[in-house]
Amino acid sequence: MEECDIAIVGGGGAGLTAAIYAARARRITLVFEGRMTGGQIATTDVVENYPGFPEGINGFDLAHAMLVQAERFGARVIYEGVTKLARNSDGTFLVASDGTEARARAVIVTAGADYDKLGVPGEAELTGRGVSWCATCDAAFFKDQDVAVVGGGDAALDEGLFLTRYARTVTLIHRRDSLRASRILQERARANAKFRFRFNSVVERIIGDDTVTAVALRDTTNGEASQLAVSGLFIFIGQTPNNPLLRGLVPLDPGGHALVDLQMRTGVPGLFVAGDLRTQAARQLVAACGDGATAAIAAEHYLSE
Amino acid sequence: MADSVRELTDGMFESDVVKSDLPVLVDFWAPWCGPCRMVAPIVGELSEEYAGKLNFFKMNTDENPQVPTKFGIRSIPTLMIFKGGELKGTIVGFRPKSDLKKRIEEAIA
Repeated sequence: MEECDIAIVGGGGAGLTAAIYAARARRITLVFEGRMTGGQIATTDVVENYPGFPEGINGFDLAHAMLVQAERFGARVIYEGVTKLARNSDGTFLVASDGTEARARAVIVTAGADYDKLGVPGEAELTGRGVSWCATCDAAFFKDQDVAVVGGGDAALDEGLFLTRYARTVTLIHRRDSLRASRILQERARANAKFRFRFNSVVERIIGDDTVTAVALRDTTNGEASQLAVSGLFIFIGQTPNNPLLRGLVPLDPGGHALVDLQMRTGVPGLFVAGDLRTQAARQLVAACGDGATAAIAAEHYLSE
Repeated sequence: MADSVRELTDGMFESDVVKSDLPVLVDFWAPWCGPCRMVAPIVGELSEEYAGKLNFFKMNTDENPQVPTKFGIRSIPTLMIFKGGELKGTIVGFRPKSDLKKRIEEAIA
């Protein structure tokens, strides 16, 4: 059994910032991360809106710097996903992963959110074979090929624009007739000769034997079916909060995000939720990092009481 | 013992993977791939733990187009495990070390 002051569940921007603050306050700090430290930011090509980097910074490099910074102050990262979070009768918490059990005096959950799947035939079978959730990881495999992006938000346009560096054409498939992405991204996409738009369209099936060869579309206005020949499909249709650990433990809003106060406190003393997993999050890296700092300071107050 | 992950090229694939006596793990990566940089040290650790049981290679997909194309690799990092010249397991994307060990055990069993 590991003993720690503060356990942090999730090693994205919120979690790593919380770890920097907690460890720097000389608290024994454990960070559990089952996948990649950095979370969503780790696979972002250029972060343009994080203050202090006027030319933008590569997401992986920024995430890695946060990790090094947290470790420098003594935080320890355990590369295992947390499978169980429970409150002990003495007010401490049990945090358990496949290989580790820890008792923590306070817990900050920063498990974030995951990109949604389409839930259509072909998606699971062709993942890694043309179906992707990471343009910066996979774009280079689509040099001079036709690809499509699904979604209408910032992520869809951001990743679509990155794809234009390699692909011959990038077709954005969106179920509505307008985009909710920020203006600056919309302007860039419209100005890019490789970028095409397919509005009022939904993907019904992903087609391909070994790798993706086409997507079957349906027009939502007239019900007409069509096919679009592409060798890659990148899916950015929204996110679902990673809340299974919190269910039954803290109240959630209708979208599944944890209800917290301005200090990231849940109703459970010593349990904090920060970043994209909390209610009304701005879903921006800098806001997640701010949340992480706020939660760590609140946890420090809690432990000092 | 030191990390023993060797460079693999298209030209070496037949002799060092297909005809290898030991099972082989190949880490497909590229310099521009952030997640690949997270996987590499874990593969390095595994190469020590599985020394004598499994040969470890890394293949730069920018410099070696043939093998990645042959296996339809469209996403990296991808790890592939070969035994007796046949593909026994494919792992796409970053996975924690415990997952990788499970998949390796299954593939070389």
